[in-house]
Amino acid sequence: MKIVIVDESPIRSLILQEGLRDAGFTQVERIDEMHNLLKQIYAIDPDVILIDLENPSRDTLEQMFQVSRAVRRPIAMFVDQSDTASIQASVDAGVSAYIVDGLKKERIKSILDLCISRFEAFSKLQDDLERAKSDLEERKTIERAKGILMKAKKLSEDEAYKMMRGAAMRENRKIIDIARSVITAAEMFK
Amino acid sequence: MNGEAQVKIGFIPLVDAAALFIATHKGFAAAQGLDVELIREVSWANIRDKLAIGRFDAAHLLAPMAVASTLGLGHVRVPLAAPINLAMNGNAIAVSTALYAELTALGEVGDPAQSARALAKVVARRQAERREPLTFGMTFPFSMHNYQLRYWMAEGGVDPDEDLRLIALPPPYMVENLARGQLDGFCVGAPWSSVAVDAGVGVILHFGCEIFERAPEKVLALRESVANDDPDLVAALIRAVCKGAAYVDEPQNLDEVSQILSGPEYVGVDADIIRRVLTGRLRVNGQETRERNDYLIIGEAGAMRPDPRQAAWIYAQMLRWGQTRYAPAMADKAKSVLRPDLFDAAVGGAHDQGEIAAFAGPSFDGRSYGDYLAGFAIGQRL
Repeated sequence: MKIVIVDESPIRSLILQEGLRDAGFTQVERIDEMHNLLKQIYAIDPDVILIDLENPSRDTLEQMFQVSRAVRRPIAMFVDQSDTASIQASVDAGVSAYIVDGLKKERIKSILDLCISRFEAFSKLQDDLERAKSDLEERKTIERAKGILMKAKKLSEDEAYKMMRGAAMRENRKIIDIARSVITAAEMFK
Repeated sequence: MNGEAQVKIGFIPLVDAAALFIATHKGFAAAQGLDVELIREVSWANIRDKLAIGRFDAAHLLAPMAVASTLGLGHVRVPLAAPINLAMNGNAIAVSTALYAELTALGEVGDPAQSARALAKVVARRQAERREPLTFGMTFPFSMHNYQLRYWMAEGGVDPDEDLRLIALPPPYMVENLARGQLDGFCVGAPWSSVAVDAGVGVILHFGCEIFERAPEKVLALRESVANDDPDLVAALIRAVCKGAAYVDEPQNLDEVSQILSGPEYVGVDADIIRRVLTGRLRVNGQETRERNDYLIIGEAGAMRPDPRQAAWIYAQMLRWGQTRYAPAMADKAKSVLRPDLFDAAVGGAHDQGEIAAFAGPSFDGRSYGDYLAGFAIGQRL
């Protein structure tokens, strides 16, 4: 079975590709260049097309399925009128799938479920990354504030940290907020 | 509806959603007890899906798409109800400067009948020279843009399914594709053809209203079940949007409305372009301006009241282009999408919509589907 992933995010499509390979789908290709989307799809002639919902090429794909004689008339994923749970899960995960007519429902379901979980895994990864980035920023800010206090009040590193922690507890604020105030104040006193 | 209702509404950045934008921005929706969140989308397919599964409570939608969803064409069948029209007309057919030069070299193109015949000659010449067929862009298979382009070229003898390529693209991507030579022309809603003219890559050939007079362009759509189960919500939405439309239509508000719509959270293009669209005075190329006060109709002359005859006419276009087969039950279902009953319950009215007259071809009113379709040389018949 040939699967095409239409996604401009290289990391997300890698995660998805890997998942599909692990599940035994070896013919997986990715399209990231949207300008010749239709030509590329004609050339690959896939059985399943997966596209992320933020991709504006979705309308282009849908129209192609309406008129195309070149592609074996793939149709929208959600052929089963009763399967609203699948539709909701995939829209929430941010992916949509199109398949050729006549594929077995169970096989499609397994592909879609895999897509959904991989897309979710990707957005969790992104959240983690964001969090790690902001953690790092916070640590840097606290280090800078500590340095300012050490120099101004001739404190050891430990004493400077304790001073900020004490202020944070008294004022019921976060230590990062205190550190930011220290930096702002220091800049004003320059 | 109890207390303040949270309403999520999806939209595509287009001037024809002006009544909806203004209803929200100026607080007309809040005055009706609605807490509206507008959500900008990148594709009509996304809007349809999110409306279908309830992530959106309502949506700015292509009128033919509301009919298609209800009939289950191209996707899952999700019955929708459109209790109010958001706009009539508002589209334009633009071509690349190169194609425009080719067309005008063959004679006058001011009238759609003339330009369509010129297009047929260009198409024939390309076929004779074994060059790539022309490619035109439109927004979706179930859109007025698609029907306007097809109707226009078919009158000149061009078969849109055989003689050239039609591809769907989201409106904001048309200009770039025209500039890159991926498209030779397109039919799109405002302001995108004006953006092409200003960028010097395209020429506006015809306004949509030169092809069809009073064509239902966009509706505010809800799931049919919601429309039937929550009449208070529907009425509040209708009243808010009507207030928004009245505000847009007031000449003294033109500058303010253009400014609001130009914001990145709405249409996100220059206020001056939006102003031209709202007044129907469009620059069609580097030098000339064309004016029609029905270029884009928001609330004037009862345009907001949905009329089942408009849905029947849309169904006829679907039949003509082979998007569906005729069945009396389907024809009735199509008509049931546009809901003057809900509109009248909210704001009264009983304004009669005129016929959707085309620049050529048989008239639709008073004819059967079979008779109407038999009046065309190109397209499916019953």
